[in-house]
Amino acid sequence: MSKAINTTIIPLKYCIQWMYKNLFSSPIDCVITLSLCLFITWFFPPLLDWFILQATFIGEGSEQCTNDGACWIFVREFLPQFIFGFYPEESRWRLVTAVIIAILFIGIQIVFKKKYLKILTPTLIASYPIIAFILLYGGAFGLDIIETHQWGGLFLTLVIAIVGIAGAFPLGVALALGRQSNLPIIRAFCRLFIELWRGVPLITVLFMASVMLPLFLPQGLDIDKLLRVLICIMLFASAYLAEVIRGGIQSIPSGQQEAATALGLSYWHTTRYIILPQALQHVIPGIVNTFIGLFKDTTLVLIVGLFDFLGIVQAAATNPKWLGHAIEGYIFAAFVFWCFCFSMSRFSRHLEQRSHLKAKPTTHPT
Amino acid sequence: MTSAQPLASPRINLTHRLTKTTSVVLLLLSSTLSHVYASTLGDIKEKGYVTCGVSQSLPGFSYIEKDGKWSGLDVDFCKALATGIFNDSAKVRYSPLSAKERFTALQSGEIDVLSRNTTWTASRDTSLGVHFAGVMYYDGQGFMVRKDLGVNSALELDGATLCTNTGTTTELNMSDYFRANNMQYKPVVFEKYDEVLAAYEAGRCDVLSTDQSGLFSQRIRLKDANAHKILPEIISKEPLGPAVRQGDDQWFNIVKWTLYALLEAEELNITKKSLMLKKLPTKPKERRFLGYDGNIGENLGLSNAWARQIIQTLGNYGEIYEKNIGKHSRLNIPRNHNNLWTQGGLHYAPPFR
Repeated sequence: MSKAINTTIIPLKYCIQWMYKNLFSSPIDCVITLSLCLFITWFFPPLLDWFILQATFIGEGSEQCTNDGACWIFVREFLPQFIFGFYPEESRWRLVTAVIIAILFIGIQIVFKKKYLKILTPTLIASYPIIAFILLYGGAFGLDIIETHQWGGLFLTLVIAIVGIAGAFPLGVALALGRQSNLPIIRAFCRLFIELWRGVPLITVLFMASVMLPLFLPQGLDIDKLLRVLICIMLFASAYLAEVIRGGIQSIPSGQQEAATALGLSYWHTTRYIILPQALQHVIPGIVNTFIGLFKDTTLVLIVGLFDFLGIVQAAATNPKWLGHAIEGYIFAAFVFWCFCFSMSRFSRHLEQRSHLKAKPTTHPT
Repeated sequence: MTSAQPLASPRINLTHRLTKTTSVVLLLLSSTLSHVYASTLGDIKEKGYVTCGVSQSLPGFSYIEKDGKWSGLDVDFCKALATGIFNDSAKVRYSPLSAKERFTALQSGEIDVLSRNTTWTASRDTSLGVHFAGVMYYDGQGFMVRKDLGVNSALELDGATLCTNTGTTTELNMSDYFRANNMQYKPVVFEKYDEVLAAYEAGRCDVLSTDQSGLFSQRIRLKDANAHKILPEIISKEPLGPAVRQGDDQWFNIVKWTLYALLEAEELNITKKSLMLKKLPTKPKERRFLGYDGNIGENLGLSNAWARQIIQTLGNYGEIYEKNIGKHSRLNIPRNHNNLWTQGGLHYAPPFR
């Protein structure tokens, strides 16, 4: 009996102490705490009401929905379109397969031992774009060609983001190194490139690529619109990334480079084994920041007539049968974007922690 | 006022101003380049499809169905063109365009025809290097009020509070109209359509004013659509129609006469159903129109049966109208100005002879 009292009382005591310390330690704190409590009780019940209690989850057609709560049927009915866009229904298995293969390849990285991975990882990284291209676009192994004007939805958003990130990263590293180079022409070129792309808004770049470029190209030469957009986003992101990585490179004391040269290491060896591993570790938050920005910037492709995830949600909301359910669509879109961006930021933390553990002995020698 | 765009996204508004500058630049460019596009029809036949610029999403005019297919009045016009050329309404590639992108896309040859709810104005017709082929839909600014106000005409709106959106000609049209009729009003303006609608619904104003087609689609979104009505007056002219590039008269004629064919069919009372009966027409007017006599189609560069193909597949103007924005849709926009001239409307096709 006494034990039971002890276990309940101590946490209660602790709880009060905690509240006193963190919520009510000064008059100002009291005011803030109380007003926030008031705000929550005023703000949340109607929100909960709209989101869940009065919302419609089951049924077919917009007639089932009331105006008092959210109409989640809308999101459910259009979900396949949100995800796959205009991709023909009978070919959607190809997208699913591409995702499964990607997960499989990542799984291999975790399961296999390091000595196998030395050969395996580069082959997988090199082969995946080809596999994915054949699956998504077709044209080989008896797969029909699905032209890019039929791509859309979350699938298109992911394609743009992943290709953008995968392309921008190596390019960004190269630009950052080029900007630090001793060779004046390379240095000047990298500088010019970075300043040019950073100085222009993405919307302008996309607009130029989609509308103006065909005017200058000779007739008959037709570069795919999506390809143009992908290249633009890649170049755009690489300029930002280059500056982030340059920050990392400059944070490495010049003594290290001098030491490496004294040991007889070549420029490439020094860069590969000494400068870059440390520099990239230092700027992981900045790199991921750029990637999250890039992911969200993909929504701008709506300007040039590509229907990314947000674009297709907006388009679905103007279907006359479903007018008036735009809010549900936007909330869903926001939620999906948040999920992706949040997992990216978690992944960056994981990378930071891992690299921190590894890096400790080298950066702080005892 | 560019077009009724009830769900225009703020992102698009942000760069709206780019349009004019780009258009001017493009005009300069295109004047040197336009001769490159020799025959649009030849290109289309070679490609195997018509590239049609449509609105990204506008209820009733162009929107996406659940299965990913395009629908709407503007979309059906694209289908009519494809049916006239290929006898296959599916041979269209839709290029969804934002308002600021539409003319440049037409200029650069990305699209063959712009069927995107675009108002025909003198400045656009003369300075953008485009030709408007006719009017698909006569729009204009109108008013929506609560039924319990008991107002039956816009002339009874003296002293009313009006909600509308900023940065468009709607505000100017409104002030012109009220001043011309010696009436007072109080404007309440917002940046976005959604805000305008919310303010109207919350009772912050008595009247909501925007393009009529927009009013009908906004009304569906209100909690109790039946408690509101749209007044008959239209205070501005917004003729919406398809546009083509300048410099290809053959293609311009095809687009123009495809539109007229839809109207002529309604006037001759030729419908999808009547053509299914497969009874040969006897009246000379019908025989000429359907391609049994004369060679109107061949003169256009198509087959003589082009008009017959179009009506067989899509129906006449009236059928397309009722299906997309009229009686058989939730928008339920009355024909009014969009009736044939014989019915008191404005649609009039020159004779097919």
